[in-house]
Amino acid sequence: MKLLYFAWLREKIGQAEENLTPPENAATVHDLIVWLRTRSPGHAAAFADTKLIRCAIDQEFVSLDAPLASAAELAFFPPVTGG
Amino acid sequence: MPRILVQAADFNPGAELAHLGGSGTGGIASFTGIVRAGDGPGPRVSALTLEHYPGMTEAALAKIAARAQARWALTGCTIIHRIGRLLPGENIVFVAAASAHRGDALQAVAFLIDYLKTGAPFWKAEELETGERRWVAARAADETAAAAWHE
Repeated sequence: MKLLYFAWLREKIGQAEENLTPPENAATVHDLIVWLRTRSPGHAAAFADTKLIRCAIDQEFVSLDAPLASAAELAFFPPVTGG
Repeated sequence: MPRILVQAADFNPGAELAHLGGSGTGGIASFTGIVRAGDGPGPRVSALTLEHYPGMTEAALAKIAARAQARWALTGCTIIHRIGRLLPGENIVFVAAASAHRGDALQAVAFLIDYLKTGAPFWKAEELETGERRWVAARAADETAAAAWHE
C-alpha cells in the first residue's frame, strides 16, 4: 500500500511517502494509524492526536473508521486550509 | 465543462471573466481571494506557501464544480487555485459562475468558495514577520459555512 503524508504530518514523519504492507489485523484506517504510531518517533508524533488527522483512500475523503479493504493509495493530512 | 486550474502562476480575473459563459449567459459572478498580511493582533504574515495533493486536488475541484452545476443553472464555471509561495496582496484563488440570471451565478459562487475551503486538499503554511513558520489551522467557521449548503 502506498502511503502519502502532507503538511505537518509529512514534516513530523520526515518523508512524503512510503510503501508499506499493513498487518493483516488492520481492518480500518484507525487500526492502521495505531500500527503506524509504532514505526518511529516521528510517526508517533504525527499520529498522536487523531482529531487532527484526515484521510483519503484512493483520492476520496474517508472517515477514520473506513475499511482499508483494497486501498492502493492512502493519504494522511491535517484538516484542509485552502481558499 | 468547468475550467479547473491548479497552478503556481498568477491568473488574470478580468481575462477569466471575459472567456466565461456559453450562449444564454445573462450574468457572471466571481470571487477573487487575495493573500492577507493579517487582520488581527499578532505578528503579520510575510508569505504563505500552499501545498496540495496532486491528482486528488483537481478531482475534488471538479466534483465541487459538478455539484454547483447540478444545483444551479450555470452556463459556465471556473475554479483556479494557486500553489507554492505567495506574498500578501497576491491572488490566491478565483471562482466564477455564469448563468442566465443573477441568482444562480451569485449563489453558485458562494457555494463554490465555501466548499473549496473545506473540500479540496490544500494546506497553507505561514511565514511570519518574526521569522517563525507555522501551519494554518482549519477554522470551524469554514466548516459551518460549507455545512449550511447541505440540501
